[in-house]
Order: sequence, then structure tokens, then C-alpha cells
Amino acid sequence: MTKSVLVFGYGNESRGDDALGVLILNHIETHCSLESIDLLTDFQLQIEHALDLEQRELVLFVDASVKSDIAFEFTQLKPMRDISFTTHAISPASVLDVYQTMKKTTPPPCFLLAIGAESFELGDGLSDNAKRNFAHATKFIDDLLNHLTIGYWQMQCR
Amino acid sequence: MYEHLETAKNKDSLKRVVIDPVSRVEGHGKVTLLLDENNKVQQARLHIVEFRGFEKFIQGRPYWELPVLVQRLCGICPVSHHLAAAKAIDQLVGVDPENLPISATKLRKLLHFGQVLQSHALHFFHLSSPDLLFGFESDIQKRSIVAVLNDFPDIGLQGVKLRKYGQEVIRMVSGKRIHGTGAIAGGMNKALSKEERDYLLTDIDQIIAWAVASVQLVKKVHRSNLPYYDHFGTIRSNYLGMVQPDGALELYHGGLRVKDAQGDTLFDHLDYCKYSDYIHEEVRSWSYMKFPYLTSLGKEDGWYRVGPLARVNNCDYINTPIAELERVEFKAHSGEAMVHSTLAFHWARLIELLHCAESIKELLNDPDVLKHEEPAKGERRFEGIGVIEATRGTLFHHYQVDENDIVTKANLIVSTTSNNMGMNESVRQVAAEYLSGQELTEPLLNNLEVAIRAYDPCLSCATHAVGKMPLQLELVNSKGDIIDKLVKHDTGHIERIQ
Repeated sequence: MTKSVLVFGYGNESRGDDALGVLILNHIETHCSLESIDLLTDFQLQIEHALDLEQRELVLFVDASVKSDIAFEFTQLKPMRDISFTTHAISPASVLDVYQTMKKTTPPPCFLLAIGAESFELGDGLSDNAKRNFAHATKFIDDLLNHLTIGYWQMQCR
Repeated sequence: MYEHLETAKNKDSLKRVVIDPVSRVEGHGKVTLLLDENNKVQQARLHIVEFRGFEKFIQGRPYWELPVLVQRLCGICPVSHHLAAAKAIDQLVGVDPENLPISATKLRKLLHFGQVLQSHALHFFHLSSPDLLFGFESDIQKRSIVAVLNDFPDIGLQGVKLRKYGQEVIRMVSGKRIHGTGAIAGGMNKALSKEERDYLLTDIDQIIAWAVASVQLVKKVHRSNLPYYDHFGTIRSNYLGMVQPDGALELYHGGLRVKDAQGDTLFDHLDYCKYSDYIHEEVRSWSYMKFPYLTSLGKEDGWYRVGPLARVNNCDYINTPIAELERVEFKAHSGEAMVHSTLAFHWARLIELLHCAESIKELLNDPDVLKHEEPAKGERRFEGIGVIEATRGTLFHHYQVDENDIVTKANLIVSTTSNNMGMNESVRQVAAEYLSGQELTEPLLNNLEVAIRAYDPCLSCATHAVGKMPLQLELVNSKGDIIDKLVKHDTGHIERIQ
């Protein structure tokens, strides 16, 4: 059965700091109640992930960010037409746009936790900066998942 | 052929145009063009600018980790690497394909069909349909799946749901959508439960219907301007792919067949374990990606193409009825023994997608996929080679291990590497015939990317992060000064920087 909250951590565990999104899921699995939270992981976002937003009340995307000068950023997402052609992945905002275009309705409230990262080499572990940022991000997410309301999440946006 | 455009003679007097990165392909590639004062193309190359270091990543690991570990090489085709590695480690535990439990063979095939179906759907609907439905030089705002969803909602939705269905097949067979441990040495980790089988059967007729519709769509697009589609990016090449003993299309296990441009069979039913006797790889200084060729034909004539176009060209028939009808029509359309049109990759790809959908239904109705059999075992070996027809073409995994089960040597030939020369030749053909002598614009340059995208190349693997991958295009004069610069930001906004 679909749970009301989805946390979607994505990235490649074997590519250095790209693992941050997946490691956050591992942390949640061992530290948080999953009564109303579904966890989902993938290497990257693609169009069909729009279908994973169905029947959700809150959605959190977690990813590594190339903004290495920040520990993390927490923002609310709006649907945005993604024409970046990156095709490694589409952006979280464009997943929302696919949902909106496909379902002809507004997507559920979605947020992005972007954790500062700097190294993405195959076979590498987390960089020292990413380890520090991960520690900050886990404290933040522990608190966030104890307050599963849109109002509280919006107040945390920075 | 267009090999004369690989290296220009008087480079210092030429203008240089760079498309970096090539967009809507998986990974990081770069196209450079050298133009003379009349904008005539004198040199065109597709460079691969990321070095992956697969072998280093794998060496030193215990062999039983490989099927899971290699999935992380590529976020686009993890199941293909998983299965190629599994076939290789079967050999390490002394199990040849014919000795694998029958249920394990069928479950692996089911997993593979799910992977190929979802990957072909992603490529066609997400990456290529904007070009095919709106035109190669259409407004950049139109070139995305969301535009397709807007203007062709039924087609867009079918693409999303086909992809999702393939992912569900993978999830049911391997336990997870990614990082699954479906295949293990000598067998499979689990069978399908009756509930999982019934769940997948619920939608399969709809999936087949959509697959049929997608073939009709690509056929209609191709035939809407047949001379153009048959000529754009088209090159004559050899083709390599796997076939069953009776010549049927095969994606999981079989012998290797090579046909030349005239359709004559050069090699048939080759044992892939002897691949190194037949295939060598050439290194060229300007690209990280090697150039494989058939040793017996030499570097100049021995290069070949792989993937859907090669497979559908090479096989004698397809063993699912609707896909076979489509194959016959496909082969007949060009009037030649082989279809060489690079854009026909799309058509062949969707015939394969249909074959996968039909095969999934057949396997789901086979009671063997519900049986769990213990993994097979044999006499320990120290070398294993696994080859499958991955989404993009023939994929080779070759490992050697020591007495402590540690991988001491790994060699991978990924499908895109085999298409390296083909992609470069197509780039040169498009550059010479569609761009040369014209003032370069972004829509015109998209033509080059269209030719590359037809191959569905996977140039890199699964690294991504918020904010990466803008497109940059520079025009540089003979003195090395940048005289024009276009930047495509990750929002899609294009900015001209003077």
C-alpha cells in the first residue's frame, strides 16, 4: 500500500559523493519510523518516477549537489519545464512537470534536500566535505521526518 | 565512407566548433568540427571525454560480488551488466549455459526482456521522439518529452507506462528496481511468486498493444520522408550480433554472427569465449573510447556496428509472431539485403521492444518461472566470460580470478565502444552532407546530435548531480580566438555570449 510520504534518495553508491542520496535512505531506514514513509532509490530520476508521486501527501527528493560550498539546501519544488537535455537524468522539478502534464493536476508538495558534494569518481568513497555535509543533513532530516506537515517543511526551507 | 574527414591536413588555418557535451545521450561526449573560411567541414570527430576505469574498479574484488558490483557501472543499463557478469561467474563455478537450471535461464531471460523493454522505451519516447515528432531543427522548446506529453499525450503516456512496466518486471524478478540480486553464480536468487506473475500478467496485453502502436508510429515517421530517413547519417558497415543456433534473434545467449554490408555472412555461431581471437581494439589519441575491429579484416575494413539495427539485420527470423511480421517489412523496405540507415536504428529498436513484450508474456505463462531450483555447481575455473546482447549491443565481460577468488583481471567491451567508429562515420556523413558550407546554428548542429542519438550511446555511467551538464558551443577562428559562443544552461535557456 502506498504510504503518504515518499523519500526518494538517488545516486550511484560507487561514485564518490554521488552516494549521498542513497546513504540518506540507509540512515532513515535505521533511525526513523517508517510507518507512514516509503523509501525509494534509483540511479537517477526519469520520467516514470512521476508515477511514484501518485497518492502522496509529501515528497522529499534527496540528491548530491555540485554546490560544494554549502552543507545542504532545502527547498520546495515547483513544476518546471526541463529542456536541459542532460538525460543522465531529468531534474526533480521536471518530474513534477511530467506529473502535472500527464495527470492534468497539481503534484503533491515536493521538496529537495541537496547535499553539498565535490567528487564523483567511480570507486571512490565520500570526500571529507561530503562526510561533514552528510552529518549535518542527517540531523536536519531526523527533525524533518518527525514533523510530517507541509507547514513545518515550508518553514525549514532555506 | 567519410574517413577522410577524421583528420584534416591544414588544421592551423581552420575554424573550430565544439558541441560539448552532446545532449540527450547517456554520458559525456563532445563533437568537434574544423571548418575552412567557407564553412566547409574539413574534420569531424566524436570524442569521449570521460575515462571510466571499469577494470580498476573491479579488480581486487571477490568474484561473487560481481553481479551486484557491476550494476553500479551504469545507471542506464545495470541489468545488462548484472547478467553479463552472472554468465561469467557461472563459468567460474564450473557451470556452462546449457547446465544452468532451466528455471534460472528463463528467469534471467525475463529479467533481460524487462530491461531491454524499459531501456528502448526510454530512448525512443524520452530521448528521440521529440526529434522525430517535431523535426530535427524544431524550436528547442519543443525538444523534450514534456512537449511530447503536451502535444501527443497518448504517445507520451504510453512511453512513460512502457518504461514503468519494464521496471516492474525487473523489480519482480530481482526483488528491486535497482541493486537487485536476481542472478547468482549458477542460478537465480529467487523465482517469481504466483502473485508477482499474476501482477505482471495483468497489464501485458496492454503493453503489447502499445508496443505494436509504437512500431506503427516509427514506421509512419520513417516513411513520411523515406529518402531523407534512409540517407541521413547513413553508412555502410559490417554488423555483429548474437543469434540462436537456428538463426533466430537472441538477446541472452547464443553464438556470434557477423554479416558484411552486402549481407554476406562472414562469421557464424562463433563461441563468444573466443572473442579475443576475432576482435581487437585500437586506441586513437584523440578519444578515450577504443575502436574495436574484426582482426581478420583489419583496422580499415573490420569495424562493425552492434545494437538493434545489427541484430534485426543479422537474424534469420524473430521467434515471436508480431515482431517477426514487422522484421520482414523492415528488411524489405530498403530493397537491399541489409538496412544501413542510421535512423532505422529507431525502427529496429521498437521491433525489439515489441519482441520483448511478446516474450515477457510467453515467459509469464511458462510455469518454469515459478520454480526455484538450487544453483548448479561444477568444477572450479579461474576464467569466466559472459556475453549478452545488451540494449545497445553486444556486451562482453571477461574475468580472471586467483585461488582466493579475487578478480585479478577484468576486461569489458561495452556496446557503445563497438559503435564508436559507426557513430564517428555518421557524424562525418551528416557534417559533410547537411552542414558543410552553411552558417552554423543550434538547430543545424542538433542534426549531428540526432545522428549520434540514433545509436543510443551510453558514453558514461550514472554520475549526476544537481546543476551539471549545460551545453556549450564555441566558434573559434584560425588564430584560436573565440568569435562566437552559445551556452545552453541547465534550464534549457540559450544565451549568446559575445
